[in-house]
Amino acid sequence: MATAFSAAKFTAQPFPLNPASTTSHDSSIVFAKPTSLFLGSTRKLRLTSYSKFNLSRRSGTVDAVSDVVKQKKSKSSPSLLITKEEGLELYEDLVLGRAFEDMCAQMYYRGKMFGFVHLYNGQEAVSTGFIKLLKQQDSVVSTYRDHVHALSKGVPARAVMSELFGKTTGCCRGQGGSMHMFSREHNVLGGFAFIGEGIPVATGAAFTSKYKREVLKEADCDHVTLAFFGDGTCNNGQFFECLNMAALWKLPIVFVVENNLWAIGMSHLRATSDPHIYKKGPAFGMPGIHVDGMDVLKVREVAKEAIGRARRGEGPTLVECETYRFRGHSLADPDELRDPAEKAHYAARDPITALKKYLIENSLASEAELKTIEKKIDEVVEDAVEFADESPVPARSQLLENVFADPKGFGIGPDGRYRCEDPKFTEGTAHV
Amino acid sequence: MAAIFQGVGAAAPLSSSLSNSFDSNKSVFSPRRSFSVRKRASFAVVRSDGIVNLNPNGRSAQRLVSNAVATKADGPAASSSSKPGHELLLFEALQEGLEEEMERDPRVCVMGEDVGHYGGSYKVTKGLAKRFGDLRVLDTPIAENSFTGMGIGAAMTGLRPVIEGMNMGFLLLAFNQISNNCGMLHYTSGGQFTIPVVIRGPGGVGRQLGAEHSQRLESYFQSIPGIQMVACSTPYNAKGLMKAAIRSENPVILFEHVLLYNLKERIPDEDYICNLEEAEMVRPGEHVTILTYSRMRYHVMQAAKTLVNKGYDPEVIDIRSLKPFDLHTIGNSVKKTHRVLIVEECMRTGGIGASLTAAITENFNDYLDAPIMCLSSQDVPTPYAGTLEEVTVVQPAQIVTAVEQLCQ
Repeated sequence: MATAFSAAKFTAQPFPLNPASTTSHDSSIVFAKPTSLFLGSTRKLRLTSYSKFNLSRRSGTVDAVSDVVKQKKSKSSPSLLITKEEGLELYEDLVLGRAFEDMCAQMYYRGKMFGFVHLYNGQEAVSTGFIKLLKQQDSVVSTYRDHVHALSKGVPARAVMSELFGKTTGCCRGQGGSMHMFSREHNVLGGFAFIGEGIPVATGAAFTSKYKREVLKEADCDHVTLAFFGDGTCNNGQFFECLNMAALWKLPIVFVVENNLWAIGMSHLRATSDPHIYKKGPAFGMPGIHVDGMDVLKVREVAKEAIGRARRGEGPTLVECETYRFRGHSLADPDELRDPAEKAHYAARDPITALKKYLIENSLASEAELKTIEKKIDEVVEDAVEFADESPVPARSQLLENVFADPKGFGIGPDGRYRCEDPKFTEGTAHV
Repeated sequence: MAAIFQGVGAAAPLSSSLSNSFDSNKSVFSPRRSFSVRKRASFAVVRSDGIVNLNPNGRSAQRLVSNAVATKADGPAASSSSKPGHELLLFEALQEGLEEEMERDPRVCVMGEDVGHYGGSYKVTKGLAKRFGDLRVLDTPIAENSFTGMGIGAAMTGLRPVIEGMNMGFLLLAFNQISNNCGMLHYTSGGQFTIPVVIRGPGGVGRQLGAEHSQRLESYFQSIPGIQMVACSTPYNAKGLMKAAIRSENPVILFEHVLLYNLKERIPDEDYICNLEEAEMVRPGEHVTILTYSRMRYHVMQAAKTLVNKGYDPEVIDIRSLKPFDLHTIGNSVKKTHRVLIVEECMRTGGIGASLTAAITENFNDYLDAPIMCLSSQDVPTPYAGTLEEVTVVQPAQIVTAVEQLCQ
């Protein structure tokens, strides 16, 4: 399958994708056919299993490869990967992500939100698969494609929609916008517009967790941080610098790469010398895992192990999720460069359809139950839009709030008083 | 490499006559005025002009502007205050401030290159790793952008990091994190997360360190909204500003100077901080207001010696707070002297002096008898050759000439 994007489209590639020049670490990667490509399907990428996470503790001898959930596993053992309850929870989260993003597109074209809006359609399995395993005190750091990460972590749909509409009831009081979703309560640490700049912040949050345990002696502090970012970011210096520091200090963090193969219009293959991102983990002394990011159950299995590692103090993990965005990079992107056949291929692997199929085939849920969930989510999203519509826009007085945590930072005015004491400040009409 | 300056040079003989009045304000419980004690405050704010304020947030109706420099090493004043004080060098004062804050609050930690085992490239963190451990005084790999970002993430989740740039110039690599996250994150998160970091390091023109190690980053950072910038110049204000910066909920960039680390001064034993937003009156005067900061303060004081001999009476203010400007102290001075000279080490273009000129013109134009003069470093990459380096920065002779010109 997936012949449309075989060598024909990529003859311009200056180098072969066969790992002819790999080191001994990569001896486990065997391509089924010489012309098969990394992207396309995991069936082509045959990875010999090194038994789930057979990882030496010593850095440098950690092997990259393991596609954890093998199809034969479900054949050999009758036990299911999830319970009914978990299945429904996952399904609901996937549908929420999809419905919310679809509504965002509608609202954008109706002129309710502006600027750069980056939708997550198609990638829901990664967010749901990872974040639903977290506790409230665990932290999530994302990029500008952050609506669904915030929703999965527990930020109410109302708060996210209001933020997108720029209303005061938004999670960031309307001051952040689509690319800056933050929630102190749910430990969503952003929402960053520049790629890569969130990864050090995530590393810092993980550092705090370790600090709390070892310096402040909060013995039960096992908070984990997840950093989500894309394939484009994996060529950025901050990515590598943080892989190094996280492995060096064994920070409780999981680096989750959402490899959707495209950085706006730049194909991952055209930008990266070695497109196998998971291989970069062992170079820094941490396991690197590749997983099918369109399958929420596979992602969840990998996530369990990676998050478990971090919680036990064993250090970071790099997880590369092969996924795809069904829409353009942002709502302003005409999305002309991607091959329709590629899009069709991934559309056929829609994570929601896949989970639905799994739940029904394994008798975990009925069509009716799933329909109920879909209806419920529709209502949640409608309610979010209504709430956002009816919420007030920020008053002028909000302009100067939150610039400083301590507004004395605006300084002392000519009259000797702190400028923040000037009534024009609270009105928002003072000039700073 | 660093020149040794004793005390503050030119100001010493001028201060002795004022030292008595200065002393009486030095005792901690001076009954100058009634005040309410902040319940949470466990420290006294000794302001730059010597007034002890147990209500640091209250605004004083009257201010005694005396010679505000802390007692000099050779002054008799120190011995007559309630405690004798102790003498130390500027880098030791910074270390003392940092150590005291780390003792006081276990969330305060240090991150930077060579801050731990090496003790800091300028010894500001000497001994701290032995005392507090390798995690609290973290030796980072050479990755400024990332470890600054890491400090910011740690601050968002509850810690209070002090991030050191081995040389301020290296923080150019951290500009992404300083501008986007440090400055803006509190705002874009709608106030949900605070970033109580202190970013500090030595900058300025040293002794033939070459262009890249002689940078003045205050001008590059000044436009970033959401940060405060302070520059220390004496052991007294170094310790005070370090402590205030650590205690502040805002992100603060503390600029130190490579050539000032070995300045010696006697500082009080008791706990004190210096207000982050206030300027320091170095030498009161009548004829002209000279605004300066960091190392140029000493060039100004040296020029002041010459000026006094020539019959001028300059008022010297160390602005200390580079962002925001203390328009009250500065304004009072302008209203008194009507002439302003700014002496800075920043480049001519877009420097602190340029902003200060604009701020004074906007607010106090009516009080000026002459256009504001601004002496800055030349817009030249600092040359290695000593003779050339000397002329890129402002020298005392130029300051004397400028004052003479202003006061014509």
